[in-house]
Amino acid sequence: MREREDEWTGLMRLAISGDSAAYHRLLKAVTPVLRAAARRGLARAGQPVDQSEDIVQDILLAVHLKRHTWDANAPFAPWLFAIARNKLIDGLRRRGRRIFVNIDDFAETIPSEPAAETAPASEVAARLQSLPARQREVLQSIAVDSASIKDTAAKFAMSEGAVRVALHRGLASLTAKLREQS
Amino acid sequence: METDQLIRTLAADNTERARPVGFVLALALVAAAPVSVLMFVATLGVRPDVMTAMHNPFFDLKFAVTLALAISAIVLSLHLSRPEALLRGWALLLLVPAGILAAGIGGEMMMPQRLPMMTRLVGHNSRACMTAIPLISLPLLAGALYGLRHGAPTRPAVAGAIAGVLSAGLAATLYASHCTDDSPLFVMTWYSIATALVAAIGALEGSKVLRF
Repeated sequence: MREREDEWTGLMRLAISGDSAAYHRLLKAVTPVLRAAARRGLARAGQPVDQSEDIVQDILLAVHLKRHTWDANAPFAPWLFAIARNKLIDGLRRRGRRIFVNIDDFAETIPSEPAAETAPASEVAARLQSLPARQREVLQSIAVDSASIKDTAAKFAMSEGAVRVALHRGLASLTAKLREQS
Repeated sequence: METDQLIRTLAADNTERARPVGFVLALALVAAAPVSVLMFVATLGVRPDVMTAMHNPFFDLKFAVTLALAISAIVLSLHLSRPEALLRGWALLLLVPAGILAAGIGGEMMMPQRLPMMTRLVGHNSRACMTAIPLISLPLLAGALYGLRHGAPTRPAVAGAIAGVLSAGLAATLYASHCTDDSPLFVMTWYSIATALVAAIGALEGSKVLRF
């Protein structure tokens, strides 16, 4: 556990210094842990565990948009688990349950791959539809069509800077939409 | 959207650098301050005998208390804008202004007084104090909440209450230059009530707007 968390801290330090590959690896590495914790939280709240993917995606979005609040001199895991716990409670509350979530749920979690019966995440995709056209197109191009920022810029006859802005605004408004719902 | 797709998209957005919370909070407070100052100058203004009042240590003490309150609340609110932050010892920061005030009360007790204690405590401006401080603090509270939204407080009501204390501390600094009640007993009573009121508004608003 300890090694795993030290590795995360190292990756996050690289990520905030601009290393996007390290950031990608970090998000990939934490996702199974978040997923397992989300499944456990749902199970404990008497909710179907196949909803975990929506919660995982909300946590990832919050991690992304709030990563400037992480202190690079502090270990990454406590910060991550605090965000995850907050989002998990939020997600369960929106599903009509109040539940106490213990921080140890995350720290002691065995990573879990998406189980065969896991429902595909639908909330982020649904929110995507209500974004302004340009943000939606850019997000879809990068997320669904796996296009690079450069290719997306060429496709929509935009500058790369404008694509980056649309991408960032799009991700921020995906989270804002969720807040409106709750 | 698949989670892997989302992760790839977030990684593509890694170039975007957000400002630190402290920077955004400072900017928001600087933007809100002129509104509060204008409200103060237009309705109350600095007391006319301010030049003589400045030689009275109890007049100056009011500013030490209100500024200590504002500064410790700023530090505390920045601490709470980190999701993993625990309140624990940090709340003791608020004892700094309380300690200064207590020392002032002790000092006043040891000096010969023209007026009895209750008269000094009740003062002449209690109603103005309890109205003016909350009203002047509202623009600052809005600014503080706006700035703190940039953070990730996992206890939004607590963070909102601290934002209320912060803005009440700044508003009280303005008000203190108007008020002719300089007794620390007056400050302890009425400034505290006004601050508690703004803290309650902050907690209520914070629980809505500071969630992330």
